[in-house]
Amino acid sequence: MIVHFEPASEEGIASVVRSAAAERVTLAIVGGGTRAGLGNPVRTDRTLSTRRLSGIVSYNPAEMTMSALAGTPLAEVEAALRAKGQMLSFEPMDHRPIFATSGEPTIGGVFAANVSGPRRYVAGAARDSLLGVRFVNGAGELIKAGGRVMKNVTGLDLVKLMAGSYGTLGILTEVTFKVQPVPPAAATVVVSGLNDAEAAAAMAETMAQPVEASGAAHLPESVRGRFLNGALPDGAATVLRLEGLADSVDLRAEKLTTALSRFGSVSRLDAEATRLLWAEIRDVKSYADGTRRALWRVSVAPSSGHQLVAALRLQTGVDAFYDWQGGLVWLRMEADAEAELVRRYVGALGGGHASLVRAGDNVRASVPAFEPQAPAVVQLTERIRARFDPARIFNPGRMAANK
Amino acid sequence: MPEMIGFLKPKQAVLDRRQEIVADLKDLLPKGCLISEERELKPFETDAFLAYRRLPLAVALPETTEQVAALLKYCSRYGVPVVPRGAGTSLSGGAIPQEDAVVIGLSKMSRILDIDLFNRTATVQAGVTNINISEAVSADGFFYAPDPSSQLACTIGGNIGMNSGGAHCLKYGVTTNNLLGVKMVLFDGTVIELGGKALDAAGYDLLGLVCGSEGQLGIVTEATVRLIAKPEGARPVLFGFASSEAAGACVADVIGAGIIPVAMEFMDKPAIEICEAFAHAGYPLDVEALLIVEVEGSEAEMDAMLQRIIEVARRHGVTTIRECQSALEAALIWKGRKSAFGATGRIADYICMDGTVPLSQLSHVLRKTAEIVAGYGLRVANVFHAGDGNMHPLILYNINDPEDAARAEAAGNDILKLCVDAGGCLTGEHGVGIEKRDLMLHQYSRNDLDQQMATRAAFDPEWILNPSKVFPLEGRPAA
Ligand SMILES: Cc1cc2nc3c(=O)[nH]c(=O)nc-3n(C[C@H](O)[C@H](O)[C@@H](O)COP(=O)(O)OP(=O)(O)OC[C@H]3O[C@@H](n4cnc5c(N)ncnc54)[C@H](O)[C@@H]3O)c2cc1C
Ligand SMILES: Cc1cc2nc3c(=O)[nH]c(=O)nc-3n(C[C@H](O)[C@H](O)[C@H](O)COP(=O)(O)OP(=O)(O)OC[C@H]3O[C@@H](n4cnc5c(N)ncnc54)[C@H](O)[C@@H]3O)c2cc1C
Repeated sequence: MIVHFEPASEEGIASVVRSAAAERVTLAIVGGGTRAGLGNPVRTDRTLSTRRLSGIVSYNPAEMTMSALAGTPLAEVEAALRAKGQMLSFEPMDHRPIFATSGEPTIGGVFAANVSGPRRYVAGAARDSLLGVRFVNGAGELIKAGGRVMKNVTGLDLVKLMAGSYGTLGILTEVTFKVQPVPPAAATVVVSGLNDAEAAAAMAETMAQPVEASGAAHLPESVRGRFLNGALPDGAATVLRLEGLADSVDLRAEKLTTALSRFGSVSRLDAEATRLLWAEIRDVKSYADGTRRALWRVSVAPSSGHQLVAALRLQTGVDAFYDWQGGLVWLRMEADAEAELVRRYVGALGGGHASLVRAGDNVRASVPAFEPQAPAVVQLTERIRARFDPARIFNPGRMAANK
Repeated sequence: MPEMIGFLKPKQAVLDRRQEIVADLKDLLPKGCLISEERELKPFETDAFLAYRRLPLAVALPETTEQVAALLKYCSRYGVPVVPRGAGTSLSGGAIPQEDAVVIGLSKMSRILDIDLFNRTATVQAGVTNINISEAVSADGFFYAPDPSSQLACTIGGNIGMNSGGAHCLKYGVTTNNLLGVKMVLFDGTVIELGGKALDAAGYDLLGLVCGSEGQLGIVTEATVRLIAKPEGARPVLFGFASSEAAGACVADVIGAGIIPVAMEFMDKPAIEICEAFAHAGYPLDVEALLIVEVEGSEAEMDAMLQRIIEVARRHGVTTIRECQSALEAALIWKGRKSAFGATGRIADYICMDGTVPLSQLSHVLRKTAEIVAGYGLRVANVFHAGDGNMHPLILYNINDPEDAARAEAAGNDILKLCVDAGGCLTGEHGVGIEKRDLMLHQYSRNDLDQQMATRAAFDPEWILNPSKVFPLEGRPAA
């Protein structure tokens, strides 16, 4: 990838954007110069990288907030937090393993793509942690939204709008976000041998208990061996994470073990295995297989996840595992991407969001990466886009779903 | 009192057609759902921001989404401003109408449509009260987390309008963090659905944008919210301090130590006295400031967490620590806190400010607030969500004394500017409404505001929906 612009300041970005807008030159926005496949492929005249806009601007552990320039490597952010016993509660996934690429994800890219991991279903997505942003809009103006306090309802919440807009509304230059203390202890309760429907029930049961599970995933037998180097007990593994003070984690693990023993045999993983396992679930280890076989990330109501997989199985070859209490389905297709089929079933099961995360170039060129939306919402989206980037120079086509 | 906050000039063309509009709207609604008699319009001329009032042109109380759509289609076609209204408990004047506006009240749409415990969601009509959701699922061991003190009356639609929070949002987040989807009607009557039972939705985060938009982007008719399993137990503990500074510093240090209780509420001496006289909650009267800290979990978990909090409090010279001994006592402690606004209302008129500050600035801002209010010759009571820096100085004044009222308003403005200058913002949960509209340029630059207004205009190009709120009247794009 050739990077044409690498401004080292907000003003530098703004001036690139102003001339690009004047000349209708389209810009691909990249974080650490990594090749981002998320969303539809974009073809642009020029590429702008935020790589040189890097550094932690302020970090106050006692206030649980950090501000960083958008091009700051995620690794740098996480290291600074770790040094103070804190973390990003939404556990952003690292896409590198599934794409078999290298490079440095940036904090701006994390929020621009609203990248979240397993804790998302109790602790919120990246967007829920984002408190404030500075960005350059398509007219080359520097805009700030939000702030650095936990609660803020002053005007329209443009912060949420920017989160997950994939660089189609503006170029983030600085992000301010909430951080959380790392829980002192963690454990994982494993229920073995459940089929997908039983697992969904066990996970729902867990979430109905006052045990505050911060992870609930189901790894069917087809994928179980690929996690923790095969160290999980035999049979499908339904895994439930508990975090907090050590005594309290023990107590809650016992309580959960009692509640779930009617489903199957229950065992427990220690803190170290817990850390590893959930990082592997977050990064979709089972499908980090060096291939470009189509990979879907489907978000539905937790009760629908296993039904979707069962329905698809009757029609085509799929492999799958579940996060978010069953509501996040990672679907790997054995042959074709089957976009029409996947999206039809998602719709029939009450709706949700099927995004094509990985696929060969032909498929990516023809299948919209994001779930197509209702026409009225598409029109609204277009009107918003026009108010941020009137000349349509940022990442054209990346999010357009109804193409 | 002298009016300091301006309103938009009512549209003469709309006022001239009043009779016709009323007749047309009646046709769009079932019998008894349109109010147009002056006497009956009275209750809708203001909300809980009592200092301002305007009689609306009419009040429509639709029963279905289709009726809301028909009303909006009509109003946008004829340029009639529309003010969405839930229970009217807004403290910033968000639901105050104007002479040319039709109030669309959601109070008749108060049905719970679906409770799905497997997926932990509730889908309700916009007029359902906040407390109703928790009550409907309580027996099954669940609750809906955001708990504004007005939760007995306020509606979920209004909560979405204001992105409301409550005492427990330190742990559980505010409305936007607990909202999964809405059905809403756009300015021209188009019905859209955003989100649903799945956690992720396609496209831009329009749901996040709608939450807290103060009725400017559309009218929400249904909402799907997250339910959470109730904790095994909860225990509020009272901590008394010899100064507000000590209490404020204690809050920052508890958080800094990585302890996140479910709630940390702050009261200063005037607030303690007011609430105690009303609720007889057993608050200590010999302290300058009080923290109500609530922890959750099993008995052993609560003990462990409390022990750590007590250690921090000791470092700040805590003078009283009172753990409650029974559920009754716990309920009383919260009753005292949640009735703070009502109890204050019994002794004086007040305006409730709602700025937020970074925790490190809490002590500084408290001290300056006292100076500002004293400088205007008024009194202040402070009661607020300290854990997330959301301050609520209650400025006491006499509503019948115009000078007093003007002073209260001026003191309030100074305090909000102080919050912004300290790195915080104008409002943490009550919204901008009409109250803080003219301060927006203190927090945002012209460009920042223009981008927000442009976003608003993408939803409502004619500025039909709640037009005199949130953005300064001057400098708006021509409608
Ligand atoms: C080597 C590598 C390859 C990847 N390939 C893929 C892939 O093929 N498919 C996939 O789904 N994910 C991919 N990712 C996703 C990636 O892990 C996450 O999206 C995120 O962490 C990327 O950070 P980044 O800095 O690399 O952002 P990028 O990957 O450069 O960008 C992610 C998205 O955010 C936008 N963006 C980035 N920075 C800004 C900014 N400052 N302001 C506004 N918009 C911005 C980009 O235009 C893009 O739409 C890849 C990541 C890496 C490291
Ligand atoms: C005693 C008291 C205590 C309070 N405590 C708290 C507290 O702890 N935390 C807190 O956050 N707030 C608090 N408030 C403020 C207020 O209760 C909240 O803002 C509440 O969410 C308003 O709900 P409502 O139904 O009364 O809405 P209204 O006051 O009727 O309307 C509020 C705003 O939302 C818009 N709106 C209403 N319904 C809809 C709809 N269906 N679709 C679109 N827009 C709509 C209105 O136009 C208006 O802008 C308190 C108020 C009082 C009087």
